[in-house]
Amino acid sequence: MADSLATAAEGIDLRAEFERSGVRDVLAELDRSLVGLAPVKRRIRETAALLLVERARKQLGLAQETPTLHMSFTGNPGTGKTTVALRMADLLHRLGYIRKGHLVAVTRDDLVGQYIGHTAPKTKEILKRAMGGVLFIDEAYYLHRPENERDYGQEAIEILLQVMENRRDDLVVILAGYGRRMERFFESNPGFRSRIAHHIDFPDYSDDELLGIATVMLERQNYRLDSAAAAAFARYVETRRRQPHFANARSIRNALDRARLRQANRLFETSTGPLGAEALSTICAEDILASRVFSLAAVRESGDD
Amino acid sequence: MRITQGAFSFLPDLTEPQIRAQVQYCIDQGWAVSLEVTDDPHPRNTYWDMWGHPMFDNPDAAAVMLELAECRKVFGDRYIRVVAFDAGHGWESVRLSFIVNRPAEEPGFRLVRQEAGGRALRYATAPYAADRPSGNRYG
Repeated sequence: MADSLATAAEGIDLRAEFERSGVRDVLAELDRSLVGLAPVKRRIRETAALLLVERARKQLGLAQETPTLHMSFTGNPGTGKTTVALRMADLLHRLGYIRKGHLVAVTRDDLVGQYIGHTAPKTKEILKRAMGGVLFIDEAYYLHRPENERDYGQEAIEILLQVMENRRDDLVVILAGYGRRMERFFESNPGFRSRIAHHIDFPDYSDDELLGIATVMLERQNYRLDSAAAAAFARYVETRRRQPHFANARSIRNALDRARLRQANRLFETSTGPLGAEALSTICAEDILASRVFSLAAVRESGDD
Repeated sequence: MRITQGAFSFLPDLTEPQIRAQVQYCIDQGWAVSLEVTDDPHPRNTYWDMWGHPMFDNPDAAAVMLELAECRKVFGDRYIRVVAFDAGHGWESVRLSFIVNRPAEEPGFRLVRQEAGGRALRYATAPYAADRPSGNRYG
């Protein structure tokens, strides 16, 4: 795609721009380090291409306006929204759309004050800190509390909207949250919807992808699953998914943390002599099968009968 | 009479991009940038009024330029300076300050003579602007 556009642009070699700006490195890193998320990666690739072309057009004097870059990330808990936002900040920085490339992650508490007159300075303080970078508002729908019409969240929303419109050169706002609640949030605040150009939806991970994530997480900490443990973990993922409060990769991370705890306990109680690196870094099936998830599942199934 | 305090004051007034570049330099050095305001131009008046808090954790000059625009809206007829404070060990003081806004008209200073014992004379300077009460000095 880039090649055909390069001839149309006359004089700007998009392929070379792609290499030089370091966008390729960011995208490759994204591909390498994040398991699954194919639609998200595709959207980011498209966005990167658009921004690259936009920049080339600007250099040739074909475009003056900075494109709207505000985004919304929707998806269930633990699907990688914050991680991708970090990469997005890096990407925008390399493309020269933001000057510093830092990410300021906030929630309602950081923006909304506790008494009259507290909200505006607080929100402005955060906005100032985010200038030149990306402001990431997690669970953005908490800003809007329809049940309380005197809620200070509305004030924060108004300031945000104003800055999103007037200071497009200075900062990019990414709103994140769970799909349906974000939908309702946009419905009650149409101002946001019209100011956000890119909506990216994060799908849930499949069981295989979650296993892949587990492997990557363990590798990073120099642990590994033996083959029985890998099979047990596959069953764990399948069972855990059907239970409430399943948070994708975050649940996996917590499960692994608990498995490491059990492994340490097991080694401590059963070991008689010195332990090798092999024993210290292997997680066995029993470390995983001891999880409460399996006993809960058993209770539920017997209850159903 | 154009008053000359702080850096760059013998140069023509800095333009917006020049101010932004200076501020960005200060931030990149790790200094906390803040704005200060006064309507008393006496050269020994070192304690100006603060505009907001020093901005310790802003990585970009845009935030300071935003505050400067706000400050000009309120105190556009007074002196405004940018102050860069270095909190580093051994410094703990202002590293750079320069005026970014001044009144349209600067009336200058009067020489004041005071007779002291033994027909000695003491000299002082008093800004003409200070003849009027604070708040109504310019414009």
